[in-house]
Amino acid sequence: MNFDFSDDQKLLKEQVRKFLADKCPTKVVRRVLDGNETHADDVWKGLVDLGVPGIGIPEEYGGSGLSPLEVCVVAEEIGRAAAPVPFDTSVVLATEALKLAGSDAQKKKFLTDLASGQAIGTLAIAEGPQPPKPRNIRTLFGGGRLNGKKVPVTDGEAATFAIVLANTGGAGDRALSLVLVDLKQTAVAKKRVETIDPARKHAELTFKDTSAELLGGEGEGWRLLERLYDAAAVYFAFAQVGGAEAAMWMARDYALQRQAFGRAIGSYQAIKHKLADCYVKLELARSNAYYGAMMLTEGGADLAVAAAAARIAATEAYDFAAKENIQTHGGIGFTWEADTQFHYRRSRLMALSIGGPMAWKDKLVTRLEQKNAA
Amino acid sequence: MDFNDTAEEAAFRKEVRTWLEANATRKSDDKQSFRARNDDPELLKKAKEWQDKKAKAGYARITWPKEFGGRGASPILQVIYQQEEANYLVPLGFFDIGLGMCIPTMMAYAKPEQLARYVKPALHGQEVWCQLFSEPAAGSDVAGIRTKAERVGDSWVINGQKVWTSGAHYCDYGIVITRTDPNVPKHAGLTMFFLDMKTPGVEVRPIKQISGGANFNEVFFTDVRIPDSQRLGKVGEGWKAALTTLMNERLAVGLPSGGLDIDELMELARDTDLEDGPAIRNQQVRGRIAEWYVQQQGLKLTRYRTLTALSKGQTPGPESSIIKIVAAPKMQDMGAFAMELMGHAGIMKEDVPHAAGFQAQWIGGAGFRIAGGTDEILRNIVAERVLGLPADIRVDKDVPFNKLTRT
Repeated sequence: MNFDFSDDQKLLKEQVRKFLADKCPTKVVRRVLDGNETHADDVWKGLVDLGVPGIGIPEEYGGSGLSPLEVCVVAEEIGRAAAPVPFDTSVVLATEALKLAGSDAQKKKFLTDLASGQAIGTLAIAEGPQPPKPRNIRTLFGGGRLNGKKVPVTDGEAATFAIVLANTGGAGDRALSLVLVDLKQTAVAKKRVETIDPARKHAELTFKDTSAELLGGEGEGWRLLERLYDAAAVYFAFAQVGGAEAAMWMARDYALQRQAFGRAIGSYQAIKHKLADCYVKLELARSNAYYGAMMLTEGGADLAVAAAAARIAATEAYDFAAKENIQTHGGIGFTWEADTQFHYRRSRLMALSIGGPMAWKDKLVTRLEQKNAA
Repeated sequence: MDFNDTAEEAAFRKEVRTWLEANATRKSDDKQSFRARNDDPELLKKAKEWQDKKAKAGYARITWPKEFGGRGASPILQVIYQQEEANYLVPLGFFDIGLGMCIPTMMAYAKPEQLARYVKPALHGQEVWCQLFSEPAAGSDVAGIRTKAERVGDSWVINGQKVWTSGAHYCDYGIVITRTDPNVPKHAGLTMFFLDMKTPGVEVRPIKQISGGANFNEVFFTDVRIPDSQRLGKVGEGWKAALTTLMNERLAVGLPSGGLDIDELMELARDTDLEDGPAIRNQQVRGRIAEWYVQQQGLKLTRYRTLTALSKGQTPGPESSIIKIVAAPKMQDMGAFAMELMGHAGIMKEDVPHAAGFQAQWIGGAGFRIAGGTDEILRNIVAERVLGLPADIRVDKDVPFNKLTRT
């Protein structure tokens, strides 16, 4: 039985943790939240120097060619710090999409730039209200030109390229394709949109005859997206576990310090049991996330089920820890000056950005039905 | 990451399989269980025979030192044995308390000649042990017990009542915690003994549970006289001895195995016709199935994390402390939900597929949430030992036991 990370992986995790504790304390999260910068570029550059963007990228494209397990331990630390950097977008979604569906030429160009930190990628799926699905994607791609509007796009301003879900004219879910688009060209209009998590900037991207190219086969977009989301669900789960753990300890530290009715509030069972429940959900999430990581690394047949379970458990753990952290703090926890807001905001962003728990629960049961039938 | 055995583990597993194959019957499917109700005398007889066979082959207590009939081996090998044994139709559950809690306490406190007398018959299933701790007025707060032991010459005379004593009706020996000094605060006035359950004055009355079974008992002590040589630990240090026992209890409590789970719930949901079609297509039903699946997997995988630490010879982290907190309410809630899917017929004990199984979970879950540490006590333990939150303020901490106000 070897259901744990290796010593080397734990060392990497510790290294990233120390770096973020030093360079990305909560005041940096607050700086981005309150300010105009698209992301904490100082932190991001430091992560690039550590080789973080290239961890999971094959050596032939300038990365270190490590396994998903190494990306997972880094994700947990990014989540713990609620770091305002394009990790989920660029290191997870864009990188994985290229690894999954990129042609040799696309990989050579984009993965190499991602690994070196010259490029930041993102994924552009949603088009305003309504969860995206094959029948409501209106962005069109044909003849090498992209037309339409995507909103919200995480890191839409910071990103140098985007992978866009677009309609290419087929029937049903074959109508959709993934499209690679350079965001540095003038035929892309970027407008910042306000969201519940201003520590991660979001944009509306408008494409007008914008030059673009297919990523993966025409009509394969919806299926590729589902596979991409399975991998992303595992990495997101680690980030959520890290965030949940941070929120839990923040609540615990405050509960030890805050006095009410003559004693620390952490001595009351109402608080103790709530925080014990945070721990219970956290460990369920961690265990499910580990299995997701194992399946992702092995390319195991159980990935579809494991990824969904990790996603559901981690979303629940992070949501719960983030909201009960505010509750444990009482009034001060509801103020702008308190650090509690960072995880509350991030937990909701992460819960929604690759499909919410309701959709993943439905997906999980569908996959269990398929597994049982097989 | 992998779930594979090390070379040593694999070799041991192979050896165990060979032995089990030669000595027991393989289950036809993994839902079969021999555990059933342990108030069945026939089952006890078979369990004793199986225990003796195991002990002779050196599988009864793999982690115990060789001098006591164990192998002095790592806990991971004990787990491997149990994993393999679970595939066979053998009667289990009668010796867990004795070998998991009572005998380890004896090993910590009894004299060598007593260990020479009692360990082997317990290991071989010839003598069964029970743990006499809880009382009507002392459950979670077990240090509040009132059963009295008074010194008379070289003996002690015990009077009082114990309750929830699993297996007392078929047990031969027990360890008992008593109050020997009511003039000091509650934890300081306790002393532990062991005794023969056939000592005059010991009376066992089975308690019928809401499940209909009668696995545990009330035990009354009326002028029960035992020699001082049966004392375990010093006079007034019974709490320390009790902690030894309870620490072993935490190691002994594992995941309930067998029983209905997600597969049966999904089967039921497929077969149930709701207003808008099969229940399995209903989003509320799907949501609940997904949540319980995530819990079930989470528990199994959390256990694997603990086993990983054992396999590497490390001390496991605190993660296994979540297991009963999750497993017990899940059992109760999932049972209730499955019954709801059956509609009004979910209350019927016969002629409804899976009804009996899910009813057993709904009933059993109510007990499981209390046994071996309530949901609430376990949350206190997580909060205090894992998160480092303060212990409850104990208003009775410094008050002599006989000065406590009881309402």
